[in-house]
Amino acid sequence: MISGILQFEFLQNAFLTGIIIGALAPLVGVFVVVRRMSMISDALSHVALAGIAFSLLLQKSFLSLAGLNPLYIGMAFSVGGSLFIEKLRGVYKHYQELAIPIIMSGGMGLSVIFISIADGFNTDLYGYLFGSVSAVSRSDLYVILAVGIVVSLMLTLLYKELFLLSFDEEHAKASGIPYKAIHFIFIVMVALVIAASMKIIGILLVSSLMTLPVAASLRFAKGFKQMIVYSVLFGEISVVGGLFLSYNLNLAPGGTIVIIAVLILILSILFDKWKNR
Amino acid sequence: MDNVVNPIVKLEDISYKYTKDLVLEHVSLEIPKGAFLAIVGPNGSGKSTLLKLLLGLFKLQKGKIEIFGEDIRRFKDWQKVGFVSQKANSFNSGFPATVFEVVQSGLTKKIGLFKFASKEDKQKVKKALESVDMLDYQSRNIGELSGGQQQRVFIARSLVSEPELMILDEPTVGVDSKNVHQFYEMLEMLNEKLGITLILVTHDVGTVTDKVTHVACLNKKLHFHGDACEYNDLDEGELSSIYGHGVQLLNHNH
Repeated sequence: MISGILQFEFLQNAFLTGIIIGALAPLVGVFVVVRRMSMISDALSHVALAGIAFSLLLQKSFLSLAGLNPLYIGMAFSVGGSLFIEKLRGVYKHYQELAIPIIMSGGMGLSVIFISIADGFNTDLYGYLFGSVSAVSRSDLYVILAVGIVVSLMLTLLYKELFLLSFDEEHAKASGIPYKAIHFIFIVMVALVIAASMKIIGILLVSSLMTLPVAASLRFAKGFKQMIVYSVLFGEISVVGGLFLSYNLNLAPGGTIVIIAVLILILSILFDKWKNR
Repeated sequence: MDNVVNPIVKLEDISYKYTKDLVLEHVSLEIPKGAFLAIVGPNGSGKSTLLKLLLGLFKLQKGKIEIFGEDIRRFKDWQKVGFVSQKANSFNSGFPATVFEVVQSGLTKKIGLFKFASKEDKQKVKKALESVDMLDYQSRNIGELSGGQQQRVFIARSLVSEPELMILDEPTVGVDSKNVHQFYEMLEMLNEKLGITLILVTHDVGTVTDKVTHVACLNKKLHFHGDACEYNDLDEGELSSIYGHGVQLLNHNH
């Protein structure tokens, strides 16, 4: 496989992208999980699916748009969805979790409509749903790299504010930090990472890469920084291992990545039990 | 307290309502620098609303609040104000943060956006932990501590930004009775030795009156405001009129 990576550009693209999202998804996921917002990634991935379906429909309907990269439209839909979620959380102040199923079903509904109008799609959509080793182009890699740089820079610069907001929202508000702006930036970062991750892991499984490595490290991490380090480490093992299995066994990478992440989670639960017996 | 010179907090004719009924009616109060004030009152008396107004979390509907001589609507210097909430009640004990990380989060505003904690900031964290006697626990996860220890950590988080005023909302909820007394002694020390003005919102009238310097009784209106000795001299009839039912004050003499 190593010789394959050296030989084939598509494998290089897949592995480099995998390494970026293997770190990025759990990094954002740490804040998503501790803020009890795990379901938001599921909702946004369904909105991203609507973007992908819309983009594929445009490609099919207009020849001039054949070169359109669905990643951009997926990202735009995902970011748009994140803004809608925030708006809805403001409308339903006492039932903020309602925003998630509303956006999720809205995204799914739109996707189904676009797919029906296009009278079905070819294997492209399958790749977006479950991930693909061969679908990542060099330009995708560059876009995902740019997203990776922007998101990690923002998370580093806003780390202490995000920590405070995650640990104690009331205190964050009382301390006078611009919590609304910080929360808004964070949600947009989540939307970008979801859209960036879908080519490798697939829309239906992207949320697992944000939550499973974090759930595993929650079992034994001492402190928040240590949890970030373990989460990223588990994310990387899952993605690199999953891509390796996917290539060799000819399976969709979304499945292999998630199964490795689940195995790591089970091992960490068993390790924690053994340690505390 | 009637003729307070340069009060640290000044409330003028505050009224507030959520729907149509007023929860605060014409409350005026001046809190001098260095005071240890307990705001007491029954459930639904408007204590928490007053506190949220003081912290700038609710917008004023009627009246005026001045903090450090400045109108609260223009006040920006929030690092001068520490806040300790009912953490033991609402705190997610599974949160993976060390005691050190929690206390350092108290410096977030002071350090400023896009900046990182310096060595000096880390020293401040250690000093704050030392002053609440929790330095030995700095590497432990916050969820592993008892309710009383957690509350000490939250006091340290407020202390770390060197506030001049500290507001505490029912801080002993979830703290076992054995440690409540020690907790109030620590607050007394912060007030006397570090000169921090304290505003304590509490139900725990009996325990606090021998520790605080001033008491304010709130039941929508301000029914009493004076020093702690005057409050202890109130008879049952006067207390009942404040609380709306029979009350007997028991002093805990630990």
